[in-house]
Amino acid sequence: MYDVIIIGAGVTGCAIARELSRYQLNILVLEKEEDVCCGTSKANSAVIHAGHDALPGTLKAKFNVAGNAMMDSLSEELDFPFRRNGSLVLCFEESRLPDLQELLERGRQNGVPGLRIVTGGEMKAIEPNLSDEVKALLYCPTGGIVCPFLMTIALAENAFTNGVSFRFDAKVSRIAALTTDSSQDPTVPGWRIETAAGEVFETRSVVNAAGVYADVFNNMVSARKLSITPRRGEYQLLDKKAGNLISHTIFQLPGALGKGVLVTPTIHGNLMIGPTAEDLTDKEAVNTTAEGLAQVFARGRLSVPDLPTKLTITSFAGLRASEAGKDFVLGEAPDAPGFFNCAGIESPGLSAAPAIGVFLSQQIAEYLNADKKETFQATRRGIPRIADASDEELAALLAKNPAYGNVICRCETVTEGEIIDAIRRPLGARSLDGVKRRVRAGMGRCQAGFCSPKVMEILERELQMDPLSVSKHGAGSELLTGTTGKGLTGKGEGQ
Amino acid sequence: MKRYDVIVIGGGPAGLSAAISARRSGADSVLILERDSEPGGILNQCIHNGFGLHTFQEELTGPEYAARFIAQAEELQIPCKLNTMVLDISPSSDGLKTVTAMNRQEGLLRLCANSIVLAMGCRERPRGALNIPGFRPAGIYTAGTAQRLVNMEGFLPGKEVVILGSGDIGLIMARRMTLEGARVKVVAELQPYSGGLQRNIVQCLEDYDIPLKLSHTVVDIHGRDRVTGVTLARVDADGKPIPGTQELIPCDTLLLSCGLLPENELSDKLGVTLSPVTGGPEVNESLETNVPGVFACGNVLHVHDLVDYVSEEAQRAGFYAARHAAACKAAISRKETLSGPDGPAQTADNDITLPLRPEGGIRYTVPQAIRPAHMEETLLVRFRVGAVYTDCAITVWLGNRCLVKMKKTKVVPGEMQQLVLKKADLQDAKASDPIVVKLEEASHGNS
Repeated sequence: MYDVIIIGAGVTGCAIARELSRYQLNILVLEKEEDVCCGTSKANSAVIHAGHDALPGTLKAKFNVAGNAMMDSLSEELDFPFRRNGSLVLCFEESRLPDLQELLERGRQNGVPGLRIVTGGEMKAIEPNLSDEVKALLYCPTGGIVCPFLMTIALAENAFTNGVSFRFDAKVSRIAALTTDSSQDPTVPGWRIETAAGEVFETRSVVNAAGVYADVFNNMVSARKLSITPRRGEYQLLDKKAGNLISHTIFQLPGALGKGVLVTPTIHGNLMIGPTAEDLTDKEAVNTTAEGLAQVFARGRLSVPDLPTKLTITSFAGLRASEAGKDFVLGEAPDAPGFFNCAGIESPGLSAAPAIGVFLSQQIAEYLNADKKETFQATRRGIPRIADASDEELAALLAKNPAYGNVICRCETVTEGEIIDAIRRPLGARSLDGVKRRVRAGMGRCQAGFCSPKVMEILERELQMDPLSVSKHGAGSELLTGTTGKGLTGKGEGQ
Repeated sequence: MKRYDVIVIGGGPAGLSAAISARRSGADSVLILERDSEPGGILNQCIHNGFGLHTFQEELTGPEYAARFIAQAEELQIPCKLNTMVLDISPSSDGLKTVTAMNRQEGLLRLCANSIVLAMGCRERPRGALNIPGFRPAGIYTAGTAQRLVNMEGFLPGKEVVILGSGDIGLIMARRMTLEGARVKVVAELQPYSGGLQRNIVQCLEDYDIPLKLSHTVVDIHGRDRVTGVTLARVDADGKPIPGTQELIPCDTLLLSCGLLPENELSDKLGVTLSPVTGGPEVNESLETNVPGVFACGNVLHVHDLVDYVSEEAQRAGFYAARHAAACKAAISRKETLSGPDGPAQTADNDITLPLRPEGGIRYTVPQAIRPAHMEETLLVRFRVGAVYTDCAITVWLGNRCLVKMKKTKVVPGEMQQLVLKKADLQDAKASDPIVVKLEEASHGNS
């Protein structure tokens, strides 16, 4: 019997797991994919919002601002990249200036510090490559950018180090209350969770952090139904050559053209444009579309006219978990004791995740009457990054392991040593994408053309896998279909 | 810091030929830095034949062709550091260039040289840069990556294959995958003509009954985990998919052969001016970039069709690199204080630079500029055309004087063209006079 089972190893699931690992509790995370950070958490704007967007009084507003404020210390404690680059909201029409003013007021009500409206020549002093059409902008100094992969991985690794178990490729198929002998007992003694593979787990409490599927699990146990629409957002990622075009995260004031797209530098120095917003029914539809990709550029150009189309290195789509009530759904379901929802986590979910983790872990600890443990280890060190290392740091690393001198991914300067670290660490990478998210091998301009055969070989060697079972992102995505020498060229003779 | 006359970045066909030539032209210390585990570059995975017809008058495989150059380099005792990644090249004092590199054995290396030869080759345009919509499953490879997996690692990346792009690597891989028992269903090409060599279309597609669909592209990729199919569509003259022409082709693999991009991140950081057309450095008649003492050759300069031309071009780059290094050393020994930070001053009375200007159907030329005072008696100029032309003439003009006129029955973008300029013709040219290279067409078709 577990004390807590968390469904979903995205950023909120991992944030909750990490905060819960401060307590003397037996915790398990169930994830349907082969790694952490495989759903909405891996395909979003990678932005830490300042917090002016959500309506005052909503959970989104409250946890966005609180989460934002936690980011400096959290990123330091857990060693993941985060930077407050500041964000801008652009207003393109004089007639919409009152709306920009309203956004400022809303932000102030939400408790966002440092907001101000900028007009005239100062706009281009702040961001030289802005469009001439911008009439005014809202400047938000606390806006930031983060690596969502490394943030989620850091939270998960730290939770693991503090005793949380993780089970991957474990797709939950059924949740039911454990029945008691005495039906008079008003409290539910716990929950029984079944996976698609037929495994059964029992737990005193459940956290439903299942992203776009959170409505499905809530609706299995609660009469208060949730309805989550997967809202697709398509993005384009540009070469680092375009990374210096702008320095702030640039939003557009929502208007006639819809919510607008953002243009932002990424924490790793690329430029990103997106997302579109398209409501779907298919919860797996992470495919991009010709229309969406074209729209991303056309709209991004309104903010930054010089966006270079020829520098796209990849495009992707993510699904926001958009709940019908338009707000996060956090806390115990009213009619399902011990079943805690963390649902409807769309934007600003990444920003809010650290604060959601604290809030829900406290609720759960209270429900379970759990005590804190003294052995909690709050800090975690990431994988050293050779591309950023000083000569002295590099010399020290090379002395420890010469593999840090063997560059595997030429575009992002990622070494064999870093890839081995990514595989050997707690909750280590088991696939090409797992390696990519941890150390960026294959994340650059050639998109793994040169390094994938080498990374495949390292995975095979480190995990003692059959080469044919090395995958892009787990079972079903195997990269190779056979060995050579079995075709027309010869009888078992490879050429 | 260890000091060299010439450091060659890259040990593929261009780098090997440049290093051999530099050594034979009198450079005492030449070093090759190669990132892979053996010299030879991409030739090592090109196990098909057809290499060396111009250089050796015989048909060799890629590894055989490379082996001839590797043997020469060994004979000349040119050191080659393998598994060594160059991280940075930057100018330092006295016209020297500092190269920062790293490998497993020696860790971080800082070396310097009078001359640098850029020979890093090119990379393939990946799916992301092509902006093909759809899912992102396993089973999407560039043709070169698939070639490496098949020919060097011994693995098959798929069984039911669609190839987008009819560049030479795509055509070669269509045959290779077929020979290994895979089924290549179609090769689709966005353009109304193939970007590959005619002989490859015949020998790699027609001989195996693999259909080539011109003016077609992939408009969707299906499959969440592994490719399950792609949607092809016919495109109009602007390359836009025509509604209603979509066709779903079930397959487990999509190979991309959609163009090569010279890999010039190091050059760019060093301050080398790059051509927006070739993606490679702009060079003068000595294959020297705007950074004195930095030369370029092979696919890092512009994408070639035949390796023979790479070897020839690199030989010239190596020669000029050696000559530059000798001039630097001579200048230093003459009077150390007089040599400026950019090496020996090269001011002759008639030291003018004439830009080469491509016009009409000519996409680009290499070199992009000529200093007549520095050229040999003749100079080979390579260029490509932008479309298929039949019965046309290539002409070269200096003012209203026609220097060269060549009649061509057919020119295609996939095949590199060349012409020869004579030094004597440029003697009385004035500074800033452009040399215009033009294509004059009798007819223009998409045949």
